[in-house]
Amino acid sequence: MSPWTAALYLENGQLFVGKGFGAKTARGGEAVFNTGMTGYQEIYTDPSYYQQVVVLTGSEVGNTGVNADDIESTSAFLSGVVVREYNDIPSNWRSTGTLSSYLDRLGVPGVFDIDTREVTRVLRDDGAQRSIVFPVSSTDRESILKEAKDLIATVVSMEGLDLVSRVSCQKPHLYGDTSASAPRFVVYDYGVKTNILRSLRTRGFGVQVVPYNFPYQEVMKINPQAVLLSNGPGDPSVVPDAVGMIQGLLGKKPIFAICMGHQLLARALGCTTYKLKFGHHGINHPVKDCIQNKILITSQNHGFAVKEDDLASREVKVSHKSLNDGCVEGYSSEKLQLLSVQFHPEARPGPSDAANIFDHFVKGFIR
Amino acid sequence: MPKRTDIHRVLVIGSGPIIIGQACEFDYSGAQACKALKEEGYFVILVNSNPATIMTDPDMADRTYVEPLTPDFLEDIIAKERPDACLPTIGGQTALNLALALCERGVLEKYGVELIGAGRKAIESAENREQFKGVLDRVGVEYPASGYAKTLEQGRTVIDQIGFPCIIRPSYTLGGTGASVAFNAEEFPAELQRGIDASPMGEVLVEESVLGWKEFELEVIRDKADNVVIVCSIENLDPMGVHTGDSITVAPAQTLTDVEYQQMRDAAIRIIREVGVDTGGSNIQFAVDPKTGRQVAIEMNPRVSRSSALASKATGFPIAKIATKLAVGYTLDELPNDITKKTPSCFEPSIDYVVTKIPRFAFEKFPNSDPKLGPQMKSVGEAMAMGRTFKESFQKALRSLETGLWGLNPITERRKLRSGQNWIDGIRSYVKTPSSDRILWVAQGMREGISLEELHMLTKIDPWFLQQISEIVAMESDIAKFTGDVATIPREALLSWKRAGFSDRGIAHHLKSSEDQVRGKREQLEVLPNYKIVDTCAGEFESRTPYCYSSYESTSDQLPKGKGRKIVILGGGPNRIGQGIEFDYCCVQASFALREEGCESIMVNCNPETVSTDYDVSDKLYFEPLFLEDIVAILDREKPDGVIVHFGGQTPLNLSRHLHAMGYPILGTSSESIQIAEDRDKFRALCHRLNVRQPESLTVSQRERAVEAAEQLGFPLLVRPSYVLGGRGMEIIYNSRDFHQWLTKGIEISEDCPLLIDRFLKNAVEVDVDAICDGEEVIICGILEQIQEAGVHSGDSACTLPPITLSEEVQAELTRTTKSLALELGVVGLINIQYAIEDGLVHILEVNPRASRTVPFSSKARGVSYAKVAAKVMLGRKLKDLKVVEPRIPYVYVKESVFPFKKFPGSDIILGPEMRSTGEVMGGGSTFAEAFAKAQIANGFTLPMGGTAFLSVKDDDKENLVGIASHLEMLGFNLIGTRGTASFLSSRGIQIKTVNKVNEGRPHVVDHIKNGEVHLVINTSALGVHEVGAAYELRRNTLMRNICYFTTIAAAKAAALAIAEVGKVRPKTHCLQERV
Repeated sequence: MSPWTAALYLENGQLFVGKGFGAKTARGGEAVFNTGMTGYQEIYTDPSYYQQVVVLTGSEVGNTGVNADDIESTSAFLSGVVVREYNDIPSNWRSTGTLSSYLDRLGVPGVFDIDTREVTRVLRDDGAQRSIVFPVSSTDRESILKEAKDLIATVVSMEGLDLVSRVSCQKPHLYGDTSASAPRFVVYDYGVKTNILRSLRTRGFGVQVVPYNFPYQEVMKINPQAVLLSNGPGDPSVVPDAVGMIQGLLGKKPIFAICMGHQLLARALGCTTYKLKFGHHGINHPVKDCIQNKILITSQNHGFAVKEDDLASREVKVSHKSLNDGCVEGYSSEKLQLLSVQFHPEARPGPSDAANIFDHFVKGFIR
Repeated sequence: MPKRTDIHRVLVIGSGPIIIGQACEFDYSGAQACKALKEEGYFVILVNSNPATIMTDPDMADRTYVEPLTPDFLEDIIAKERPDACLPTIGGQTALNLALALCERGVLEKYGVELIGAGRKAIESAENREQFKGVLDRVGVEYPASGYAKTLEQGRTVIDQIGFPCIIRPSYTLGGTGASVAFNAEEFPAELQRGIDASPMGEVLVEESVLGWKEFELEVIRDKADNVVIVCSIENLDPMGVHTGDSITVAPAQTLTDVEYQQMRDAAIRIIREVGVDTGGSNIQFAVDPKTGRQVAIEMNPRVSRSSALASKATGFPIAKIATKLAVGYTLDELPNDITKKTPSCFEPSIDYVVTKIPRFAFEKFPNSDPKLGPQMKSVGEAMAMGRTFKESFQKALRSLETGLWGLNPITERRKLRSGQNWIDGIRSYVKTPSSDRILWVAQGMREGISLEELHMLTKIDPWFLQQISEIVAMESDIAKFTGDVATIPREALLSWKRAGFSDRGIAHHLKSSEDQVRGKREQLEVLPNYKIVDTCAGEFESRTPYCYSSYESTSDQLPKGKGRKIVILGGGPNRIGQGIEFDYCCVQASFALREEGCESIMVNCNPETVSTDYDVSDKLYFEPLFLEDIVAILDREKPDGVIVHFGGQTPLNLSRHLHAMGYPILGTSSESIQIAEDRDKFRALCHRLNVRQPESLTVSQRERAVEAAEQLGFPLLVRPSYVLGGRGMEIIYNSRDFHQWLTKGIEISEDCPLLIDRFLKNAVEVDVDAICDGEEVIICGILEQIQEAGVHSGDSACTLPPITLSEEVQAELTRTTKSLALELGVVGLINIQYAIEDGLVHILEVNPRASRTVPFSSKARGVSYAKVAAKVMLGRKLKDLKVVEPRIPYVYVKESVFPFKKFPGSDIILGPEMRSTGEVMGGGSTFAEAFAKAQIANGFTLPMGGTAFLSVKDDDKENLVGIASHLEMLGFNLIGTRGTASFLSSRGIQIKTVNKVNEGRPHVVDHIKNGEVHLVINTSALGVHEVGAAYELRRNTLMRNICYFTTIAAAKAAALAIAEVGKVRPKTHCLQERV
C-alpha cells in the first residue's frame, strides 16, 4: 500500500491533513469518536455507524488485520474512518487480509497520521458534527480548504435524518438454521448487529428478522415468544412507522429492546428522546444495574438518549443508569413485559459483563 | 456501601529493602496506601525496614516502625499497637508471606487482627501452584498441562499427554533453579535425570512448554460488591521465556482482536472471583499460542505489583490507592476518578497513546555471571515512555534508559563476536538469545538484511513489533539521504522522523551532523513537541490532570496553570545500582518543600516505579526521558524560575552543565562548584588551600610512568581509569606483581584517559558526612561511620549513626573541615563528603556537592527531613530562619546494604570498590550491637546463637581475628577453620579444628556447609577480587544456603558483638514518632 495524501475536514472549519488508506474517495458524515482500544472491525461493520465518520482514539489500528468472523454485518455502513496510525502489515493468527484493502472493497475512505486526540477534543467540546474524509491532490492549503468546503456542503446533518429505513432489511427472513418448530424471536431490524442474532440463536431461539416497518399484525400471526427491537443508526424521532408498530405490540408480546430499539420503545411509550452532545461510543462505560445494585462495564454506541422524567409515568422503572453522566441506560416493566437497554449486552466489541441480560429477559418473560 | 467503621487501627506492611524483583514500586504503592488510609481517618501503623522510602516518612503514618520484617518483630508491634486490621497486599511478596506466617502462628487470631484486601484463603489459592490449578479448573480456564515424575517411565507417561518441547522443573529448589527444556525424545531421558538429581525430593514437574508464546498481563481490580474492572492490558514484546520484569512491555496490548481480548478479560474476571480477592488489585498473566490463539493462564499475584505500578503510571488510574480504599469497604462506584473528578473509578481506562517499558540491567557489576535472560528476573530498574505511537514511545523509552542510547543505536563492534564467526552469523546468535541488548541486535539484523521472517523464527517476537522496528530502521536511510545537506531537509520529512520518536542526536548520527545543528534546523522549521495529558479516558471527558507527555502532534492539551515561583525538579531516571530510591526520596522531599514554600513544583522523570512519578506528588508531572533534548523542550515551554538538579543523583547533575551553559537557571550550588569538586586538580588545589589532607596520589598519562608512580606511592594502591563513574573499574592493588598484571588487562592510559593512582589507606575507617550549607552557615546532617574497612564502596558498607569509634576530636575536625569546604565551594544545598581516618588522621577522599545516598538514612535516624531543608535553602531561605533543630538521638542506627548475589549465579560475594548493593535496611537500638543485630535480621539473616563458626581469613586479617574468635569461643561456638587460619589461632591459644579447603580432599568445608553443620562463616579475601576457585565455591554455597556470613573483619567483629547482645535480650521495637 502506498498511501496518498488525504484529509479530514470538520464542519467547524478545522482541517487535518494526513495520509489515506482504504478507498481513495471522498465521503462525509457525522464525525463521532469511539474510545474502544480493540474491535475496529466490529465497529466498522456495525450498521449503527451508518453515515458517520468514526474517529478511533486508540492510536494503533490495523494491527490484527481483518477476518471473516469479526463482522457485525456483511457490509460497512460508515462513511469514513480516522486514526492516528494505520498498520498495513497485520499480525494475528486469524487475519486474512489488511484493513485497508477491506475498507477499499467496501468503498470506505480512511485517513491516518491525524492528531486524533485533538479531533476528539474538538468533538467533545463542540459536539458531534458534519465532516468529510477525502483524498487531497493539491499541496496548497487554501485550495484544499476550498475543496473541503465544497464537499462538506453535500453532507447532510444527522439530526432529523431517517437512516433506519435505509439500513433495515427489505424482506423478512430467518437467521441461521432455524427449524420451523423452534421457539421464536421476531427481531425488528433497525440495522441489527449480527451478534444480537447470534446471542438469541445460541440460547436456543429461532430468529425471524423483519424490516423496521413490518406490520405488528403480521408479527402477531407469526406468534413469536418475544420481540426484539434492535440497534440502529440516527435519530429515533424520525424513524417512520416504527413507533406505531411497537405500540401495536405493547403488552401483547414481551419486548426486549437494545440501543435504537430502546429509544424507539421509549417513544412508543410516549417518552421523548434527545441528542447527546457527543454521544457514548466506547467499550468502557460503567452502568449501574439499579435493581441488582451491580456495576456493568458496557459497550455503548449512541448519539441520542431517553429523557428520564417521562418514564416514571409510563409504568416502567429505570433499571440502569450511566455512572458517567447519569443518563438512562435501561428500563423495564413487569406489567408491560418489557426490558430495554441503551447499551449493547451482545458486546462485539466490548466486555460481556451484560451478556446475562439476555438470560434475564428469557427467564423473566418467556420461560 | 461506605467505609468500614468497625476498624480503626490498620497495620500496613511494607516490602523491605530494594531487591531485584521487589523495588521502589512498593514504596509508590505503600505511600499511596498510607495516604489513602489517613485520608479516611484511620490510624495507620506502618512497618518497613527500608529507611530510603517515602512511606517511612514520619508524616505518612501515625506510627512508623523501621524494623525488621520478620514474624517476631511483627508480633511485637501487633501486641503493642493492637491494630484491628492488617493490609498485606501493598508490600509485595514479602508482606504477603509475612501475613501468611502471622496467620500460621496464630498471631492475627490471638490479637484479633483481620486481614483486609486479600484473606488467607485467597493468598494461598493464588500463590500455591496446585491450588491455583484447582481454581483454573473450576472456572474453566486452561493452563499449561503438566505432571509429576520420579522415574523415566513416569516422565514418559506425562510426555505422551503433553508432547515436546517440555519444561522439566525439579521440585523444591530455590527460585526455579535447575529448570531445563527438552526438545525431543532423544534428549528427554538425560534432562529428566538431571532434574530428578537436582531435586531434594527426587521429583520433577514435566510441563508443556509455552516458550515463544505471546505473553500478556491484565491488571484487575475487584470490590466487595463483586464489581470487577480491568485497569490495563500489557503485552510483552519478549515472548514467554523471559521474566516479565526483564521483558520490554507495551500497553495497551497491540496484537489481540476484540474477541481474543474479551476472552482473556472474561477469564481474568472469573479467576479473581474464584480466588476470592475480595477487595483490591491483582495481576494475572496469560500466554497465547501465536499459531492457534489458544490462551492459557500462567500465574496470578493477589496483590499490587510492579506491573500494577506500571499500569497506574500508564493509565493514570491509581491502583494502590483505589485498592486500599476498597479494602476498607468502599465500592468502585463510590470512589471518584481523581483525574476527571466527575466520573467514578468504576470504569476501564482507555488510552490514546502507547506506553513502552524497557528494563535496565547491571550485568557489568557481576563479572562471571550469565547475562542471558530467562525465567528469573535480573533487571535492576526500568524506564517507561509514552508516545502517540509504538515507534515514538519505543524510541523515547530507549533514550530514557540512560545507557548511552539515543534510540536504536547501531551495533558496529565486531569484537563482540566469537573468533572466526562471520558478522551475520554473529548477529543471528545474539538475536537468538534473550539478553539486555537483544533488541539492538534485532535492529542490526534488519540493517544487515536478515529478513523479518527469519528474525521472527529466531526471536519469536511478534511480527507486528518486528515490522514496527523495521519501519524505524527504514527511516534511518531516509534520514541518511540528507547527509551533508541538512539545510534542505523539508519540514514534512523532519516532522515524520520526530513523530516516529527519533531524537535529535539520533537524527544527527544518521546525518553525520551534530545534535545542535539538528536542533537548530528543527527550531527553524518549527518542528516542536506538544504535550498531551494522561487522563484515563482518551479525551472523552475534560480533565486538567497535571500529568503529561510529549509528542509531535498538532496541538497541546490545555495544561493546568500553577501559581508561585515555578521550579522544575529533574528526577533520577531508571533505578540502577548506585542510583536508586534514595534519590527519588530526595526529589519527592524537594517537591514537598516547594509546596510548603508556595512554589509551583514541576517534576520530570521516566521511572514508573517511583513515588516522584505519582501524578499527585507535584503540581505538574512530565513523564519524559531525562535526555537533554527532552529537558530543554520542557524548560523552553515552562520557562521556570529555577531548576533543581542536585537531588536525582548523577543523571540530572550530568545534564546541569549543559543546561547552565544554555542559560537555564540552575538553583543551588553552581555548576562551577560542581566542577571544582569533580576536577582532581582543582580539588587538590582547594584542599591544599584549606589545609585538608588527601591520600597521596599521582596522575599518569603514559603507560611507562605507571610503574614508577606506583613504586613511588607504595602499595597497596587504589587505581582508577579516569572514565570511571560510580566505582566502575576501580581496583585495589596489593603488590607490584598484581599491578603489572592489571596493566596488561587492556587499560587505556593516555593524555585523554589518564590513570589515577591513590595510596590506599588500608586500615582506615571511612566516614560519610552529609551537610547543608546556605552560603553563610552549615549544618551537619550526620556523621556516618562505615563499618566495613576502607576500600569497600561506601554504598555497600554498613554504617552507623552516631559513629562508635571516632573520638570527639576527630568528629570535631570532620565537622570543621566539612563546614569550611562547603563554604569555600559555595555550596547552596546538600553536600556529601567522604573521609578516611587512619591512625587518628583525617583524609578527605571525595566531595559530592549534591544529595547523597545516605540522606534518607540520616533523615530517618535523626527525625529531620534534610532534603526538604536543603530544597528550601536552594530557594533562598536561610538556615537560621528555618530553625532546624539539632535533635539528640536516643538510639544508635545502623544501615546495612542488601545484595543481589543470589540472582547472579557465578558472581562472588566479596565486597570491593565497585558498588553492587541494590538496597538498604535500617536497624535501631539502644546500643550499637542491638542496632547492628536488627540490621542483620532485617537483611534476612538469622544470627546464630551458637553452633559451628567457620573461619578463614587473609593473612592481613589474622591478627584482628584473634579477638573475634575468642569472643565467639566465649559465646559457645565451636570453631573450625582452614589450615592457615586454624594454626594461627591455635598458636594464640584458641580451640579450633582444621578442615579441608575444597581442593584439599574430602570431606571439605563445602561438604560441612551442605550438611548443615556450619552456622556462621567469616571469610575474607582481597577486596574486590573475584575468585573462581575454592574460595568462590565456599562463598557461593554459604550464600545459597542462607548461612549468616561476613566477608570483612570489621563486620565480623560487629556480628560477634551483636550475637552476644541478642543472646542476652530480645531487641525492642520503637517507632519514629515516639522520639518526638
